[in-house]
Parts: sequence; structure tokens; C-alpha cells
Amino acid sequence: MDLIVDNASTYLDGFAVTARLTAYSAVAALAVGLVMAALRIAPLRSLRVVAAAYVEVLRNTPLTLVFFFMVLVAPQFGILPPLGFWTAVACLALYTSAFVAEAVRSGINGVGVGQAEAARSIGLTFGQVLREVVLPQAVRSTVPPLINVLIALTKNTSVAAGFAVVELVGTGRRLSTANAGDPWVLVGVAVCYLVITIPMGLLATSLERRVAFAR
Amino acid sequence: MMGDGVEDGTTARAGAPLVVLSGVNKHFGRLHVLVDVDLVVHRGEVVVVIGPSGSGKSTLCRVINRLEPADSGTVTVDGVPVPAEGKALARLRADVGMVFQQFNLFAHKTVLENVTLGPVKARRTRRADAEAEAMRLLERVGVADQAHKLPAQLSGGQQQRVAIARALAMHPKVILFDEPTSALDPEMINEVLDVMVALARDGMTMVVVTHEMGFARRAADRVVFMDGGRIVEQASPEEFFTAPRSDRARDFLSAILTH
Repeated sequence: MDLIVDNASTYLDGFAVTARLTAYSAVAALAVGLVMAALRIAPLRSLRVVAAAYVEVLRNTPLTLVFFFMVLVAPQFGILPPLGFWTAVACLALYTSAFVAEAVRSGINGVGVGQAEAARSIGLTFGQVLREVVLPQAVRSTVPPLINVLIALTKNTSVAAGFAVVELVGTGRRLSTANAGDPWVLVGVAVCYLVITIPMGLLATSLERRVAFAR
Repeated sequence: MMGDGVEDGTTARAGAPLVVLSGVNKHFGRLHVLVDVDLVVHRGEVVVVIGPSGSGKSTLCRVINRLEPADSGTVTVDGVPVPAEGKALARLRADVGMVFQQFNLFAHKTVLENVTLGPVKARRTRRADAEAEAMRLLERVGVADQAHKLPAQLSGGQQQRVAIARALAMHPKVILFDEPTSALDPEMINEVLDVMVALARDGMTMVVVTHEMGFARRAADRVVFMDGGRIVEQASPEEFFTAPRSDRARDFLSAILTH
């Protein structure tokens, strides 16, 4: 126990990196995922095919492999430095966006086709149909699965520890080495994750209750 | 192809051609739902489409505003071919109202918002103006007192009247009715039909797919009878109901009028 208190500032540094990784990746994944979900129901077949391929490839690739791919391939095109915080954000965001797209798409499918047809028939464009009619209704059933995706993202940030980002797990490894493998080190790491994920779960529950509405 | 008078779609009230379908075909998989359909709807005309279920009536209605794209043939509205997807199609749909069997009011918006959404977003009407006009229309269809409720709080008949107000708010050139009373409880059918009859009297161009023969008799300028994806017969209501020319129309009428 003392070990956790004594190293509080080190934990805090790792926690801050994990929190930032989660936050930036979440924002980017939500944005990309939303666009991909929209493309999957676009009126043009080519757009649907591209979006479906994107989602299926990323959803079925292990996250570690996404990291290896970005670390080894992206630098060759001068896009990203091989290792570091932003490379990790890019990998996590890409990977997570596929799950966001699926969660949003299932929410969209839950909105009856009649809603979109009525919106099209009063002259709304594809974007307006989504913004004004379909997404506001889809969000209600999308929030709970989306928060599960974000909880998974929070834990997935630990993969970045293997790619030179000193977040919580990286911090835990250093402390563990310095303290001869004291098991309390990892308990501290686990508690830090819970600090992020438990409020998310509570938020999901309360949102679920608030967005319930009469159809 | 056909003779003159009512057979080629000219009726007493008819103005210039507004909706023209020619050689329209549509398949759903292996099912050929529209077979070489030619139809002309004139400005100010009320065309009622009847026929057995599965005869292609609803699909005919839905190819006009391209909710179902036709596989071949042409559809023009006010002289303009219905565009493929994109902004041009959205603009055309703004001019073609549609009322659905299941009402399809936007579930998350109030009655008033349902009516103003199109004018505000597609026509760029100022919100205050759109709301004033929406209230007038809701008054006209008799549901103004429900303006701030959600659709789920209304009866089916009230919802369908709101749907008609929503279509009217766009000042459409023509309104398509796809079995507007088929999902209603019997006691609510008349309140919707009354609104439609009033619209017809006001000179609105209407294409109405329905099983309500009473409405066809009262309000139609022309009855179009479909079977097996083809237009089998078109005639004035008196002519069609008293002396149908085709066997299929006679069979259909005797089947539904026996009770």
C-alpha cells in the first residue's frame, strides 16, 4: 500500500498519459466512426463498399497488429514518426472507429426506414436526413453500446506501452522493476483504470434512463 | 395506344400533364412489379389507383418521387425527368408531397416541428413564418390543439392528418397518398378521407393508392386499375364502377363489393 502512496506522482504521470490517450482517441474515433456509419448507408454503392471494407478490416485485425502496421509502414510515407504518443492515438482511433461505426449503424438500423423515407420525401438531402431525423433517434439506442466501446478503448490504450508510450502499464512496469516485482504496483495500476471506467459505466446507466422516450 | 377521352387520361378538370410515366419497369429480385407502365397525371387531377394487393400500386406511387428507382423507362414531374440521387432529387421531392400508410411522423419531434422541418431545412423559410403557416395548416386539418405534442401521443387519424399538413407545408405540385387509411381503425378513416376530399375540391393534384371505393367515387377524376404490375384499365369512376371493361376489374369489383 505504502508503495502506491509513495509513488503517487509517478502514477499520476502515467494516469495523465492514459487519460489523454483515451480522450484524444475517443474524440477521433467517434468522428471517424460516425462518418463511416453514415457512408455505410449512403445512397452510392461505392461509398457503402469502401466503408464496409474499412470497418471489417479494422474490426477483425488485432490491435497490436494495427500498431505494428502504423509503426512500420506509416513512417515510410512520412506520415507519422515511428513511435510516440500521436502514433498511438492514431492506431487507437482507427481501431476503435470501426467499433463506433458498428454501434452507430445498429442504432441507425433501429430507426424505422419510414422515418428516413418521410424525411427524403419532404426534400431533405442525405446529410439533412441523417442530422435532423435519423441520428437524433439512433443516438438514443447507440449511447449504451458506445460507452462499452469507450471502456474497451480505455483498456486498449495499454497496448501503447509496448510501443514506447509510458502510460499506466508502462509506468507500472518501471515501478515493478524498481521495486523487485512488488504485486501492489499492479494493483495501483488497476485502480487507476477503474477511476476512468467506472464513471463511464455509471454515465451509461444514467443516460440510458434519461433517453428512454415514447415512440 | 389508347383512344381519346378518359382512356388516355384526359378528364374534364385536367390541365397540362404534370406527372408522366412512360415505359416504366421495376423488379424486386425476380418479381416483375411494374410492367411497361404508362401514366399521365394532369395538373389539378385526382387519380385513384386501385387493384388487388401485390398488383404494384404502391410501387407505382413510390417510383414517382424515386423512393423506388425505376429499372427502365422515364418518370417526369412538371416536365423535368426525376434526377438520380443528389441535391437535384431532393429539390424535386420537395415539390412532390407524400403521405404514407404508417404516417411516418418524425417520432422525436413535436407535431409543429414535423410540419416546419421541411420548409425550414429544404426551403430555407424563416422559422417564424414556417410556424405561422404550419399552425394554419394544422388548423385546416383539425389538429391545431395538438401542435406541441409528440406524434405517439396522437391517435392514428390525427397522426395521418398531421402527415397531410406536413406534405402541404411544402406547397407541393402533387401529393402522393400510399394507402393513407389502411393502417387506421375504422372510426378514424373518415376524418382522414374528409381532409382528402376537401383537398381534392381545392384543386390539389393527387395520386391516391387506396382500397376506399367510396373515396374513389366521391373524389376521383379518374380510376386506374392495376393487376400484375400492369395498368389494366383507366376510366372515370362512374364508368369504372358501373361498367368495368376488363374481366379482371369485374372480378376485383365483385370480390370487394359483395359484402
